[in-house]
Amino acid sequence: MYENPDGVMIGLEVHVQLNKLKTKVFCGCSTDYHNDPPNSHVCPVCLGLPGSLPVINRKAVEAAIKIGLALNCRVEEHTQFYRKNYYYPDLPKGFQITQYDFPISSGGYIMIEGEDGEHRVGITRAHMEEDPGRLVHEGTIDKSKYTLIDYNRSGMALIEIVSEPDMRSPKEARRYLDKLRNILEYLDIFDGDLEGALRVDANISIMGGQRAEIKNISSHKGAERALLFEIVRQKNVLRRGGVVVQETRHFDEAREITLSMRSKEEAHDYRYFPEPDLVPLKISGWAPAIKAMLPELPDAQRARFVEVIGISDEHAKALTSELKIANFFEDLAKKVDPNMAADWIARLKGQLNFRDLSIEVFKKEDMVRIIQLLLSKEITEYGAMDIIMTLLDKGGSPDEIVKEKGLLKVEGDIVAKATEEAIKENPQAVADLKAGKVKALNSIVGVIMKKTNKRADARTAREVFLEMQDITPTENYVLHETGNIGIKLYEAAEKLNMIKQLKELRRNVKVIRGDEIEGGFVGILMALGAEMDRKNKSKNEWDEKTGPIAYEEATKIDDLLKNIELICLNSGKHYFGMLRQLGFEMTQKHGRFGER
Amino acid sequence: MASINELIERIHADSSEEIVIGYLERIENSKLNAFITVAKESALLRAKEIDSEGHDGPLAGIPIAIKDNISTKGIATTCASKILTGYIPPYDAHVIEKLKEAGAIIIGKANMDEFAMGSSTETSFYGPTLNPWDTTRVPGGSSGGSAAAVAGGEAPLSLGSDTGGSVRCPASFCGVVGLKPTYGVISRYGLISYANSLEQIGPFATSVRDVATLFDVIAGHDPRDSTSVDRETNYSSALVNDVKGLKIGVPEEYFGEGTDNNVEKSVRAAINTLEELGAASVEVKMPHTKYALSAYYVIAMSEASSNLARFDGMRYGLRTEDSDWHTTFSQVRAAGFGDEVKRRILLGTYALSAGYHDKYYLKALKIRTLIKQDFERAFRDVDVLITPTMPYPAFKLGEKIDDPVSLYLADVDTVPINLAGVPSISLPCGFSGHLPIGMQVIGKHFDEAAILRTAYTFEENTDFPKQPEGL
Repeated sequence: MYENPDGVMIGLEVHVQLNKLKTKVFCGCSTDYHNDPPNSHVCPVCLGLPGSLPVINRKAVEAAIKIGLALNCRVEEHTQFYRKNYYYPDLPKGFQITQYDFPISSGGYIMIEGEDGEHRVGITRAHMEEDPGRLVHEGTIDKSKYTLIDYNRSGMALIEIVSEPDMRSPKEARRYLDKLRNILEYLDIFDGDLEGALRVDANISIMGGQRAEIKNISSHKGAERALLFEIVRQKNVLRRGGVVVQETRHFDEAREITLSMRSKEEAHDYRYFPEPDLVPLKISGWAPAIKAMLPELPDAQRARFVEVIGISDEHAKALTSELKIANFFEDLAKKVDPNMAADWIARLKGQLNFRDLSIEVFKKEDMVRIIQLLLSKEITEYGAMDIIMTLLDKGGSPDEIVKEKGLLKVEGDIVAKATEEAIKENPQAVADLKAGKVKALNSIVGVIMKKTNKRADARTAREVFLEMQDITPTENYVLHETGNIGIKLYEAAEKLNMIKQLKELRRNVKVIRGDEIEGGFVGILMALGAEMDRKNKSKNEWDEKTGPIAYEEATKIDDLLKNIELICLNSGKHYFGMLRQLGFEMTQKHGRFGER
Repeated sequence: MASINELIERIHADSSEEIVIGYLERIENSKLNAFITVAKESALLRAKEIDSEGHDGPLAGIPIAIKDNISTKGIATTCASKILTGYIPPYDAHVIEKLKEAGAIIIGKANMDEFAMGSSTETSFYGPTLNPWDTTRVPGGSSGGSAAAVAGGEAPLSLGSDTGGSVRCPASFCGVVGLKPTYGVISRYGLISYANSLEQIGPFATSVRDVATLFDVIAGHDPRDSTSVDRETNYSSALVNDVKGLKIGVPEEYFGEGTDNNVEKSVRAAINTLEELGAASVEVKMPHTKYALSAYYVIAMSEASSNLARFDGMRYGLRTEDSDWHTTFSQVRAAGFGDEVKRRILLGTYALSAGYHDKYYLKALKIRTLIKQDFERAFRDVDVLITPTMPYPAFKLGEKIDDPVSLYLADVDTVPINLAGVPSISLPCGFSGHLPIGMQVIGKHFDEAAILRTAYTFEENTDFPKQPEGL
């Protein structure tokens, strides 16, 4: 049982934009505006011009019912739209059409992986509303001299999913968001990668006190950070003998803090009343047909992968966390051993995440071929990883890469010969290892790998070496799984919320390598915590004043990136070193070696 | 006075252009102030087009005045408010599309109470319209410009809108025929909302026949208005000069205190006339009528407070000096809205506020249901109801404008019809001195045929002038 020491209660309101619909919720304007100029997807209705009237988009209602059913909600007999009245420039009618009494669906739940195993989070309701326009500021909101309004987004269909306050930690809140997004993706009703596709407001209280509502959360990670901050803040208020007041707070993403926006007394009176321009919809008859058409949802698919296909639950969970990956696996499992497929897709996923790529870039037949090469023992696991990375970075085909890079496995006696040479050439490392310095093992294995042009299996090389030196590892060294280093790196970064930095480094590496110091560079140094003079935006000023220092820093980063690649290719110290350079604390257990 | 048929003959003999020029001259020389915008150039251009290319629509070449709260593409649409200064709609209302298809020519935008809030056309930012029968008196409202234009011979036809009597009141005061159809029969797409659960666009003309012809053109389903109904209609075919067997209900609540003697006498005389023609009349009870006015104003103002929220100066219309958001939109609304509009927005906001919502808004909705039931009960026994349209004839300009409550009381006989959503027509049935008196014929939901037939038969068998002498 999770004890929830601070009495944390978290409820989330998630806005999902139905951006896969062809048209907006009350008019015929196209939803495909993301690459078009501002205010180019508008009409009298979504601009709220005098005299225009809304007409409900049937497909949007169907999608809303679909969501309700997928979240185990009850679909209401009839549904009604209301006006929520408030003034804001992004709201062209001076009110938002939303729902109040009689939402489309209510009273559901989803299961998440909670602090103490499977945990049920209640869904209060899932209702439909229209998206306002978007305000655009020059620079930052407090410094901009004017505000521009883009109404392309105005009138996009939103589904607001309100949860019960059933989450007991920021981690659970994040898991809830991950799961929700996962389900929504399976329903094929929204593209989560488009800007503003999923927005979160969080309600949080501790120790049975008043709740704070946190707005302006734009990511799952943001939600977790905002809630972590909020718990600390509320605890501090209580510790000082104060009382937590009910209020709306704004999440400042850059500073990772929440700031008071308005108290309960200043809360809006939205003056809800039924929208006279939209008649109540009788929807009870729609639900059965929609229910019959519901796709298999992640939980059901995960169970099927385990029970029918026979892979481990851990793999099944990882694969079903993303629809595209699950589909990739399903196709692969028909052609090769499902367990191997699951294992190698997991490794591929790490590489994809690291490169910010989607699985669509990887050909299924290439993965089939890689697994065949492994099964026939023609290549090592290291070789398979090399092929995957080469395919992602340079392209080609598995067989070509095997040929070009000489990845076919080498014979045992060659490894033995290389090991003998390595021992002879590195007496100090051998002595260090025997003295208990764990890291020395990797440097010796590195030499062996180098001598065999990396065609030796690292595990074999390690075993051969240890056997020759008559050393037995007392515990498996954490980095034995050479192929998974990329994933582990990613996972470690994820735990520490550093993925953005990792990705940013990778994205900008070309700029630095080309000896050009440009805008993107600022981001890198900022990511590394360097203080930059933001005024020096222009290239010249930058070059003159801070160019040399910047270049030096860039070289370091370049080295770092080479290390990251090396780490992905190899095991060992670079992994820890690099992570430490990025400011990581290592949580993995270090292995210990002892003489027999 | 020229009917549609006479005008069509004259257009064939002469030209639409000649007809349009004739009306434009009358407008130019008029003191009535019935129009806010005269669409001279576009009207003449369209007339020439129709003359040269021909047009077989039922209103081909015939001019029409449009109340200035109906969106007209390319022609300023002001709602008689300063706040819409400079707004030229980029789209036509559904009724305008229908009129254009039928060959009608928009001659101008008619004056009205600001945002249709009033019963005298005195709240217009563009000054009051005068009653053609007596220019010291109001034409009624809020569609005062539309009614005065027809009565004053400045347009043969016009459109108004009726939220709580805004077509029937000025029809009554100006001595013309005006129809408020069943809620949902005419698309509201392009009608700038005042109280959208109550209002309908309605036609004005000098005869029941012309009203029916115009009604046939503009009625019908429109997918852009979710409250628009889909049913076959042919109102002109309902015009039968026969009321034999017709059962008329006479609700005594509509002849109560405050009703002018001449008005009561004229309406009762009209009922007698219909009885002589074969109809039967019976007294009916509509016990909730006394609550209608309060319920109407609470609902209308509540909806108005929300409907008018969009006028913030950000996208169109009046713009004051730029400042931050709150200052700018407050200044725009302070400068742009007149007193009556501000009063109704304030009262409506109050009625919807937390703590008062149940006491006012919800209570008003309950009364609305009771009123609807009054009508349903009455219509079990009768085909139509006949009442005065207004309790008195046109009052003097300035007489009531500073006393909002007495002005609201003028709507006592018209608002229950909007609350119930049933159709009603006002037509002249007598005079009080030189001022016309209107009677109201109310029908069941979607039974416009019965009220048109009743009104037509009355009109065919009586002779009340629809325009002052000399026109």
